[in-house]
Amino acid sequence: MTHEHEHEHEHDPRAIRTEALERLLVDQGLITSAAIDTIIERYETDVGPLNGARVVAKAWTDPEYRARLLADGTTAIAELGIGGPQGEKMVVVENTPAVHNVIVCTLCSCYPWPVLGLPPAWYKDPAYRSRVVREPRKVLSEFGLTLDDNTEVRVWDSSAEIRYLVLPERPASTTGADERTLAELVTRDAMIGVARIDA
Amino acid sequence: MDGIHDMGGSHDFPASLTERDEKVFHAEWEARAFVLSNTFTGAGCANVDQFRHAIERLDPEVYIGDGYFGRWLGSVELMITDANGQVAPGRYTEHRAARELVAPPLFAVDDIVKTKNYNPPGHTRLPGYVRNRTGRVELLHGGWVYPDTHAHHEGENPEHVYSVRFDGNELWGADAEPSASVTVDLFESYLELA
Repeated sequence: MTHEHEHEHEHDPRAIRTEALERLLVDQGLITSAAIDTIIERYETDVGPLNGARVVAKAWTDPEYRARLLADGTTAIAELGIGGPQGEKMVVVENTPAVHNVIVCTLCSCYPWPVLGLPPAWYKDPAYRSRVVREPRKVLSEFGLTLDDNTEVRVWDSSAEIRYLVLPERPASTTGADERTLAELVTRDAMIGVARIDA
Repeated sequence: MDGIHDMGGSHDFPASLTERDEKVFHAEWEARAFVLSNTFTGAGCANVDQFRHAIERLDPEVYIGDGYFGRWLGSVELMITDANGQVAPGRYTEHRAARELVAPPLFAVDDIVKTKNYNPPGHTRLPGYVRNRTGRVELLHGGWVYPDTHAHHEGENPEHVYSVRFDGNELWGADAEPSASVTVDLFESYLELA
């Protein structure tokens, strides 16, 4: 893992540098400190994998929506009122017993914010970014997901502005469950493609 | 540019991945650096390609040591330093990167294409591990602003973008894991028919 968490005391130079940048941008009239607080709260509470889970649960229960989602992810996701920065064009890829999809951004850490929120630390970690394209089966096994040799692995490196969401397999045991119950089962990791959904 | 940021396939970071739940931000400064960086680009002081390229220009030790949001902070600081301390909003007002193109795409789904052996000193979104490699066109995405010029004040020059799938053996040789592929989103300039 990286050294991202080693310097979190109040004298962290990055905290002091951030204060200086905040003073500069506030002085220039680009933002207020109160507006910063509001935006932070939105990312901590409203924008997150719950949006993606709603998309997945709807696709599991509505075959026509699923077809629209796989044909044009951006438009189908917008039907649920979800969109915004880092979701300008969305492609949804479907996991099946034959094909397993997993998402990465090797060049920075591009991630579909409107459906998944901000990326977890491991997604931004050099180990994930470097290794998942070279040895996806080994990396997935470290997440506890061992794929059958016959299952094809497709890694998607989001190197342009297109962002990807994995449509996980619906657990067989959930037959008859309603959309809201299903949405509660859908995890962030399954929508990145490093986990399956067990139920 | 070839640098620390271009991590695909590197052996420098062998750590195992351990899953864990976590907060969106680990410290208050991370959250504020995130919002301030978005404010800087959102106000049009820089475009996203300049922002990404400034991250790439950070010292490699800083790139790793300062972490994800530390890099964002460092990128904005570097761009302000480049401008002699000036902050100039309104220079870039269009944040959407998709563009309508008159020219039809050069390639079609299932075309076999080869990436160029292209190693520019400036910004590019052609990862090193897929240069000079042969793949199959999987998806067409329409026109998008070309980062390689947009990061350097050389215009939008939008191009068609393609998802191109590369077989694991093509990328990593005979020792590649079985039935694995990597699909990468590539600008038309990076590609030629194989």
